[in-house]
Amino acid sequence: MTRTIEFKAGIIALYILLPFFSLSQKSKNPPEGILLNFNHFVGDKLLVLDDTTYVNELNQPYIVTKFNYYISQIYLLKDNGKEYSIPNHFLISEDKIETKKIVLEKIPSGKYTSIRFILGVDSLHNCSGAQSGALDPINAMFWTWNTGYIFLKLEGKSTLSSAIGNTLEYHIGGYRMPNNSIRTISLPFKNPIVIEKKQMTEINMKTDISEILKAPTTIDFKITPTVNTLLNAKMIADNYSDIFTIIGINGIKY
Amino acid sequence: MNDENPYFKISKKDVKLIIPKNFPPPFYSFKNNQITPEGFVLGRELFYENLLSRDNSVSCGSCHQRIAAFAHIDHTLSHGIYGRIGNRNIPSLQNLIWNNSFMWDGGVTSLEMQPLAPINNPLEMDESMGGIIGKLQNSVKYRNLFQDVFGDTLINSERMLKAMTQFVGLMISNNSKYDKYIEGKAVFTPEEQHGLELFRTNCASCHTEPLFTNNTFRNNGLIPDSTLHDIGREKISTKASDKYLYKVPTLRNIEMTYPYMHDGRYRKLKDVLNFYGTAEQHTSSADPFVKKISPLDFTEKTDLILFLLTLTDKEFLFDRRFADPNMK
Repeated sequence: MTRTIEFKAGIIALYILLPFFSLSQKSKNPPEGILLNFNHFVGDKLLVLDDTTYVNELNQPYIVTKFNYYISQIYLLKDNGKEYSIPNHFLISEDKIETKKIVLEKIPSGKYTSIRFILGVDSLHNCSGAQSGALDPINAMFWTWNTGYIFLKLEGKSTLSSAIGNTLEYHIGGYRMPNNSIRTISLPFKNPIVIEKKQMTEINMKTDISEILKAPTTIDFKITPTVNTLLNAKMIADNYSDIFTIIGINGIKY
Repeated sequence: MNDENPYFKISKKDVKLIIPKNFPPPFYSFKNNQITPEGFVLGRELFYENLLSRDNSVSCGSCHQRIAAFAHIDHTLSHGIYGRIGNRNIPSLQNLIWNNSFMWDGGVTSLEMQPLAPINNPLEMDESMGGIIGKLQNSVKYRNLFQDVFGDTLINSERMLKAMTQFVGLMISNNSKYDKYIEGKAVFTPEEQHGLELFRTNCASCHTEPLFTNNTFRNNGLIPDSTLHDIGREKISTKASDKYLYKVPTLRNIEMTYPYMHDGRYRKLKDVLNFYGTAEQHTSSADPFVKKISPLDFTEKTDLILFLLTLTDKEFLFDRRFADPNMK
């Protein structure tokens, strides 16, 4: 993509996210709700695209050049058992910093004990035809030859890769059995979060790329440098069901 | 653009969706994509728009030709951008809203998203949605067309793909001599009548009336062309039992959609019938329906071909609504 189009795509992404990215002076009342802040790591190290070398479980070095994923079907669970749902889809991309902060506004007041969401796009939206926003095919997260979304894209390079150009390419999708790569993520809060007026609670999430390459299946770049069809997608999806943890919760009072 | 020429003008009546009485209910619904004359016109412009390819040299219409029921006449495998050759024969575009999957391996299950496959394929148009949207945004013509349809000049994937769906969705063929015969409005010759009987005995298990496909995936016994590296449906389903299975194509307008089969290996209908009627030419994994086909003698083959020619629908092939408005 040319720089101009990247710039325009960036503007479009901002335009779409602006209603959610609303810690601005424009709103009359400061927003209350939850800010999900996704911090990308490889093990204990912060993710830095392109330049930083990491090692996998087998001590194989690699760099990461791209890391995108969808989260959707977000539910906040109250202490009385009720759930509050946010129906939107979010595309989080390491190279689009604004997408790593998701503001969930106007959450009904109460005590919330955990958050649940899916990594991926549900089957309904995989079959809903041309859509806009996070699900716009312009985001290059849609398999044109096998209708459905790419739920997670991890790209990089390793000298140990058996693929051409030292390529590492994991494009994981598939919404139908037996190749269902949708994974439900449930994360309880250490202490319940109280939503009340004039308070924004920031949940700091850690997304750990190293977990995509291990547990239950350790990925060997010599054997599996790429997964970009439905074959073996489930293997990676089973690995990525534990990439998220909560590393901190802060209340931001006004 | 020939918007002054009445031949290309599209009225409300032109975009009325008429479901043939004897067809099953369509899979695709226009409820979230209301067909309007302006939407249809925009879809038509995009279908014939070279900007959709990386070097602005090919459009959908370059290969999907109206005279061939929107297949690619006389091409076994088609050439896309830079003369690159694909590994499959181009299917016709007819009665698409009755398909629950597209492409020979059924990999595409959304009519709206279908254009993305050839757009992205480096052998075909080698472009990206981002590239196309940028080009359309720079075009006064398209900003005006999008304004006509949507009331503002926002150009995005959803709008573009839905407009294209309005255009290809209306490509309905149901006025062939066969259709008129079924309605009681035309008479078959004895040969055509005999051909229909042979068809119903030997072919209709898969090429089921009135769509002339049952939209399933079958191995029809063709020996795979090893140079094409094509495993068929297995690529999509990952099931080994789907190896070399391809989607049953419609036979409508078959007179014009040659050459035949997923790799275009048969130029003439008699070649097709000779293949089906000769058990020795089939692989052992041929579908049981194919194995049941009895060899036909010369007269039977001729009559069957004469029947197949009754599937030619000149009203569809010459429908001015689908003509390229920019043809010089």
